[in-house]
Amino acid sequence: MFGGYGAADILQDCTIAIDKGEVVVVVGPNGAGKSTAMKALFGMLNLRKGSLFFNGEEITSMLPQERVRLGMGFVPQNSNVFTSMTVEENLEMGAFIRRDDYSESIAQVFRLFPALEEKRSQPAGELSGGQRQQVAVGRALMTNPDVLMLDEPTAGVSPIVMDELFDRILEVAKTGIAVIMVEQNARQALEIADRGYVLVQGQNRYSDTGAALLADQNVRKAFLGG
Amino acid sequence: MIDILNALALLANFVIVPALAYGSQLALGALGVTMIYAVLRFSNFAHGETMSFGAMISVLATWGLQEAGITIGSLPTALLALPISIIATVCVCLLFDRLVYRYYRTQKAAPVTYLIISVGVLFVLSGVIRFIIGPKDQIFADGQRFILKARAFKEMTGLDQGLAIKTTQGVTVVTAVVIVALLFWFLNRTRTGKSMRAYSDNEELALLSGINPARVVMITWIITGALAAIAGTLYGLDKGYKPFTYLGLVLPIFSAAIVGGVGNPVGAIFGGFVIAFSEMLLTFAYKRVIAYLTPGDWVPDGLMQLLATDYKLAVSFVILVIVLLIKPTGMFSGKTL
Repeated sequence: MFGGYGAADILQDCTIAIDKGEVVVVVGPNGAGKSTAMKALFGMLNLRKGSLFFNGEEITSMLPQERVRLGMGFVPQNSNVFTSMTVEENLEMGAFIRRDDYSESIAQVFRLFPALEEKRSQPAGELSGGQRQQVAVGRALMTNPDVLMLDEPTAGVSPIVMDELFDRILEVAKTGIAVIMVEQNARQALEIADRGYVLVQGQNRYSDTGAALLADQNVRKAFLGG
Repeated sequence: MIDILNALALLANFVIVPALAYGSQLALGALGVTMIYAVLRFSNFAHGETMSFGAMISVLATWGLQEAGITIGSLPTALLALPISIIATVCVCLLFDRLVYRYYRTQKAAPVTYLIISVGVLFVLSGVIRFIIGPKDQIFADGQRFILKARAFKEMTGLDQGLAIKTTQGVTVVTAVVIVALLFWFLNRTRTGKSMRAYSDNEELALLSGINPARVVMITWIITGALAAIAGTLYGLDKGYKPFTYLGLVLPIFSAAIVGGVGNPVGAIFGGFVIAFSEMLLTFAYKRVIAYLTPGDWVPDGLMQLLATDYKLAVSFVILVIVLLIKPTGMFSGKTL
């Protein structure tokens, strides 16, 4: 992928691949283009060069809405819930494109995040940061996506909540959904990752299994603080 | 005791009943303004003229129906004409959106650009109205004039003061209640209504959820057009159709929307009644009420009127300024449906 917002390409020859049931984590220093890479994957940013494939189908020029229909779910980093709407309505909106009965999906989300069930008729804007992220992830799960993309799901939540959230994300992956995650908390994220990419200046610097990256001397020194 | 009842009847007759009707009309108008603000994010100054257009179609359709001999007994024929007026007004709204607003939407114009455009639409619409029906006043209310006549009330209660309720006032309040109930049901219970709220809450995320913005915009105009037609017709029925008084209605309507919190439908209704009651209470001459409530020789010489009725418009303006100074977000915080 090559692309960016203005004249300069933020992404320069960046490659991200994922398989079913895998958890892939993208880490890297600030300004490395992690979030940009996510937006590019989801079609919110036009690529200058390169191409995207989904289940063998080329999707490079597809609109984000069309990608949702295809089976991609995206949880943006900021304002990722409908704050004035209840938890349940948020989930319903996640299922907007579905014409079939989605009550089973709602039940599934509530099984995954039991805390949300009690607060189902509370406006999402009144929830704590961690629960809000749960709503955001739940909303994206409502379309039964094949791949779930999370842009810094743990931004602004406490370490305990973060661990819990990672556990839930692993559970999601176990159901066969591919999970791509951009993370600031690199060490914890790599611990749960099947594979990881270290992005520097829009390029893949290292890519390996999560464990291998954690063990790599260079990666540890440069990005994980020793 | 009887004096207190007389004073109450007097207040009800001259303040409470008219303010309820006027408040309902303002509330319906403010709902239209609020819907546009919540979804399209601009202040639609053409809303008053849209109401006038709707009322004009009602007048014309009423004449047509009367000509054909179709009436509904004691109720105003305009109620039968209302569906025609709603359809015509919705078409005009969609036409202006297609011809004007849509172009600026694709340009991602700033809200202030839209505001100026809406002023342009206002002038065009008022020109069209002048072409079709002319600037003169038209009376189109028919059927029975009163639900409750002053004399009947006096005979019923034995009070000195009469209480009259005009049919148009009753029709206004009942219609407003029905319309508001329908609107809230639509916004909170239906899939399409919820998708509108979602779009108004967070446009980006609504896109990510597969909500089609073009559809949301279209439905918003349909609802706004219908609300404008209904509010305009009710106002015209109640006060007689004067094509250009509707421009003057824009200020109280915007005050109502802002007092309640622009973008919030509950706030729009609340604001409508706040403005209506303030206008009525501040411009009412209390002399006779005081006469009932105090011993005979205490009656003041003056009218005991806080403001001359000429200053009615100033009331909504002052309320607007006070709200913007003290609580700019309005009583119910706005921005989303």
